[in-house]
Amino acid sequence: MTPLLSVRNITKRYGPHLGCGDISFDLYPGEVMGIVGESGSGKSTLLNCLATHIPADSGQVIFDTRADGPRDVLRMPEAARRMLSRTDWAFVHQHARDGLRMGVSAGGNIGERLMAVGGRNYGTIRAAAGDWLGRVEISESRIDDRPSTFSGGMQQRLQIARNLVTGPRLIFMDEPTGGLDVSVQARLLDLLRGLVRDMGLSAIVVTHDLAVVRLLAHRLMVMKDGHVVESGLTDQVLDDPQHGYTQLLVSSVLQV
Amino acid sequence: MIRISDVSKTFTLHNQGGAEIAVMAGAALQVAPGECVALTGSSGAGKSTLMRMIYGNYLAAGGAIHVGDTDVTRAEPRKILAMRREVLGYVSQFLRVVPRVPTLDVVAEPLLMLGAGPDEARDRAASLLRRLRIPENLWPLSPTTFSGGEQQRVNIARGFCHEYPALLLDEPTASLDAANRETVLSLIEEAKARGAAIVGIFHDEAARNRVCDREIDVSGFTPAKAA
Repeated sequence: MTPLLSVRNITKRYGPHLGCGDISFDLYPGEVMGIVGESGSGKSTLLNCLATHIPADSGQVIFDTRADGPRDVLRMPEAARRMLSRTDWAFVHQHARDGLRMGVSAGGNIGERLMAVGGRNYGTIRAAAGDWLGRVEISESRIDDRPSTFSGGMQQRLQIARNLVTGPRLIFMDEPTGGLDVSVQARLLDLLRGLVRDMGLSAIVVTHDLAVVRLLAHRLMVMKDGHVVESGLTDQVLDDPQHGYTQLLVSSVLQV
Repeated sequence: MIRISDVSKTFTLHNQGGAEIAVMAGAALQVAPGECVALTGSSGAGKSTLMRMIYGNYLAAGGAIHVGDTDVTRAEPRKILAMRREVLGYVSQFLRVVPRVPTLDVVAEPLLMLGAGPDEARDRAASLLRRLRIPENLWPLSPTTFSGGEQQRVNIARGFCHEYPALLLDEPTASLDAANRETVLSLIEEAKARGAAIVGIFHDEAARNRVCDREIDVSGFTPAKAA
């Protein structure tokens, strides 16, 4: 099977400081990979390099495109890359405000991504927007309201709907449940798991919450000081950690 | 179906002075289809550790563990996940679920992950929950708030939802009343009859004698203590 994403030797420096160093991995269709580590470990830098939000200094990000097969995203023409980020890729920001247009209605936020890939029929777009609001458990009666009138959890779900409406194959998530209260977190996790299973999505999820990766991710990478110190099956890494840092991380979680 | 040879296990505690604890050496075991093998030995002898290594939850330090045609000690994560989906079921002592997911869906999930239709999967889940006497009015609720015995039965229903060719059972009859214990033992016998290879831990001696064909004392795999 061809990996959906092959990451090879990605390195990013901020001056003398290492953001992330020499990271390589393969992600297969339908797989969810978690990246954990304390703040400053380079996990968000890595995610943003992969999503081409910031330029990597070296390395390759090879994505199995629908039309042309595996291509290095970092060396694609800008237009092709933008098209990819609107269609087959999605990025869920930690703060929904960064991923939404706050001045546009909820329906408009979802419809905008459809129009960006050529949707023109108002009725079809509005119907798709309504359908997706339902899937992320937002009442369709809120379709014309602006996200600024939504709660934090609703904004996060709207951001997910906006991202998934074009049927992407790869979704990047940066702390998707960060800053939400636990009951909303549980609901969001359930939603994400269902979407991943039903749509066959692949995902890369950056978080510092080990409970979130246990429930959401199949595989886990543990980062420290810009390097991957351990990786493997999520439950194996969490239940039988091999590296000293992972052992420290796992044993530091407060028991409820 | 399950073949274990010369498996060893060491825990290294990096944050406690790098202490190395050798917990197992030379473990060997074979389980044929339709056979149930009990792991015995005192508490701490390594029964659960061995079981977790078979499931790929613990990393073996050496040796080989074959489940079907997968070598768990060397396979990539996605191969192990595929094995867990299709071949090897595991009924642990603890139920770990996403909060808020209804019991019926928790039980049906293994079939849904294999691509079964939602109706078919829920029908199968419902029949198991009925057999295990989980009242129907609890099915739409999350099992997180259930009693220990109820959670145990939900866990068993989930483990038997898909007809795995191989099963790991960690104390499946613990904390169950007589009627439910009987149901679980029948489920195990049915699984054996259809050819499942089973490795189990049973502190309940009568249950062990009834369903298990052989016993393996894991104390024999405990490394000799350094003098």
